[in-house]
Amino acid sequence: MNMKDNILVLIFGAVILTMPLWAGIVGAGYPDLLQKFAIFGLFAIGFNILFGFTGYLSFGHAAFLGIGSYTAMWSFKLLTMNAIPAVLFATAVSGLFALAIGFVALRRSGIYFSILTLAFAQMCYNMAYSVLTPITNGETGLTLTATDPRILDAATTEGLPSTELFGMGLSGYNGFYFCAIILIIGFYISVRLYRSSFGLMLLAVKSNQNRMKYTGLNTKPYLLSAFVISGMYAGLAGALMVVIDPLAGAERMQWTASGEVVLMTILGGVGTLLGPFIGAIVIKYFENIFSAFNDAVLNQVFGFLPDFIQGIWVSFASLFVGKGWHLTLGVLFMLIVIFLPGGAMEGFRRIAAKFKKEKEAHSAGGAE
Amino acid sequence: MEAVFLQLLNGLDKGGAYALIALGLTLIFGTLGVVNFAHGALFMLGSFCAVSLQKVLSMSMKVRDESVTFFEAYKEVPYLEIWFGDAGKALIDWTVPLALLITIPIMLGVGYVMERGLIQRFYKRTHAEQILVTFGLAIVLQELVKAYFGANPIPTPAPEIVSGSAHVGAWFGLSDAIVYPWWRLIYFLFAFAVVGAVFAFLQLTTFGMVVRAGMADRETVGLIGIDIDKKFTTVFGLAAVVTGLAGVMYTPVLPPDYHIGMEFLVLSFVVVVVGGMGSLPGAVAAGFLLGILQSFASMTEIKSILPGIDQIIIYLVAVIILLVRPRGLLGREGVMED
Repeated sequence: MNMKDNILVLIFGAVILTMPLWAGIVGAGYPDLLQKFAIFGLFAIGFNILFGFTGYLSFGHAAFLGIGSYTAMWSFKLLTMNAIPAVLFATAVSGLFALAIGFVALRRSGIYFSILTLAFAQMCYNMAYSVLTPITNGETGLTLTATDPRILDAATTEGLPSTELFGMGLSGYNGFYFCAIILIIGFYISVRLYRSSFGLMLLAVKSNQNRMKYTGLNTKPYLLSAFVISGMYAGLAGALMVVIDPLAGAERMQWTASGEVVLMTILGGVGTLLGPFIGAIVIKYFENIFSAFNDAVLNQVFGFLPDFIQGIWVSFASLFVGKGWHLTLGVLFMLIVIFLPGGAMEGFRRIAAKFKKEKEAHSAGGAE
Repeated sequence: MEAVFLQLLNGLDKGGAYALIALGLTLIFGTLGVVNFAHGALFMLGSFCAVSLQKVLSMSMKVRDESVTFFEAYKEVPYLEIWFGDAGKALIDWTVPLALLITIPIMLGVGYVMERGLIQRFYKRTHAEQILVTFGLAIVLQELVKAYFGANPIPTPAPEIVSGSAHVGAWFGLSDAIVYPWWRLIYFLFAFAVVGAVFAFLQLTTFGMVVRAGMADRETVGLIGIDIDKKFTTVFGLAAVVTGLAGVMYTPVLPPDYHIGMEFLVLSFVVVVVGGMGSLPGAVAAGFLLGILQSFASMTEIKSILPGIDQIIIYLVAVIILLVRPRGLLGREGVMED
């Protein structure tokens, strides 16, 4: 951790905390969306600690997200509506699950690791839907009820309670700031990890695990720690989801949800500090913008075109917006993997390098 | 005994589907070394070939309904029925078997375009990147189908003549109460036939011999002067056909929706891993094995001892196999080992 990193974290924090002020300019200025930015950003940053640092591609991180959600929900139901215990419990419990799953899954690497994590996540998902219904409430999802025991603060709340932080409600911008502060802490920890000798060890495993083993080093504890930490991030993100909206359903454990966080990480730039967060924001932002588009809006936007071209173009474009947003996502994702495997961060770097070169060429030309 | 027999039967058709998909997946993996996450999408495309054919065949027009005399009533009558009478009607009834014929060229084309257009760029990239790009492709294909056919499952019934159930129990001298839908029996036999055909193709033809040699040692085959890449493109097409056919035949069992591929994708990977990466017989054996295991796990007797086992049995088996027998049941040495 050097001066540069401190500045990075400070700028990151400042940008996040002032988000409600400037996000309105780009049409994202409402708390729902900003909360999503923070939560999925945290999820992606955590996922990156595993995939980005060690190169182990997990397809089962949504399971931890779901476990975190359920745990937080039970903390609300049994203990108190305060968000702090819920968040702590969720992180701890998902960490335990990650320890168990990681212990088994990390015995293999490469594609086998991906399939093992996928298998575990599917098991969790299927069980949440079927046998574990008493805990997860199956298809309906787990919700708060007025009759929950809530042993710590049942006496002080009336009717259907809402989540709070020492008496402060957590809806709207309050919720956003709560998530944002946790996100900034999460980011800070991930920067610290990246710069620590532990992080260096993970990067070494990524570049050549065999060589690390030949030097007599047991890589397993390092990998397992990374897996558990990243599982805890996912659980934390899951807990934040129910802090914002107290409803936990099994569908957020489905393997396509794990796929989504992979998409975010790749899109932003795997293995970089900021990349996963950028990926999460880009996906959630465009999901929001694109989903709101419909044919009427498209016709309005492309109204300047001649009628017959407009008709064809609008019907073509409508494939990609509204409900077809996932198609855009898929296409975008493929293009990124094919042409820009480093994601958005590599894109920035390439552009920056180009400018630098041009500048150099320019100054060289001027010297002549 | 009878319950066991019935569960065995129940497992066979699902096992057949698993085996066919896993066979295609292994063909691609064994020859090209590519981990194809778009494989489920191929299954889905296959089943939507049947749906499209059904749409085309049953295009209809409004005709005055003569049987209603009190007022003017209209009914939809397919063109085929108007033009060809009963023959046309039979044609519509046999949509699914007919779809097999159009699926073969379509899937061959899809496989060719996919391999030449996308997959070949990824031979030299890491497995993680292959997974990612094919996952993206799967999303794209799935969303295109959803945009055109909608999100709801579309029923595509089997021909009338095989819509009932077979009294399988009576054939084997067991209770007459054991009945089994004809179509699922046909599915099993079909799966068996396709697997047989693929194996015969690989074992008995010169082309198959070259492909097998290429699977074993790609470089040497290339050095002999055989354009192995071209052969492998064909193999990719073949794998797409096998998977597509599995999809077509499965439509009467489960009405397809755009998401059907993703559900089968995860399972088929598990099957491949259990069978052993790169082993064709392993994939087939594991497909049937897991199908049957799953159907046994859903017996009430077993569920009462281990609740929920039917939901997780396949994954549980996969985890255990991966840990105690890393190469899978019949995996070859040196395939995908770290």
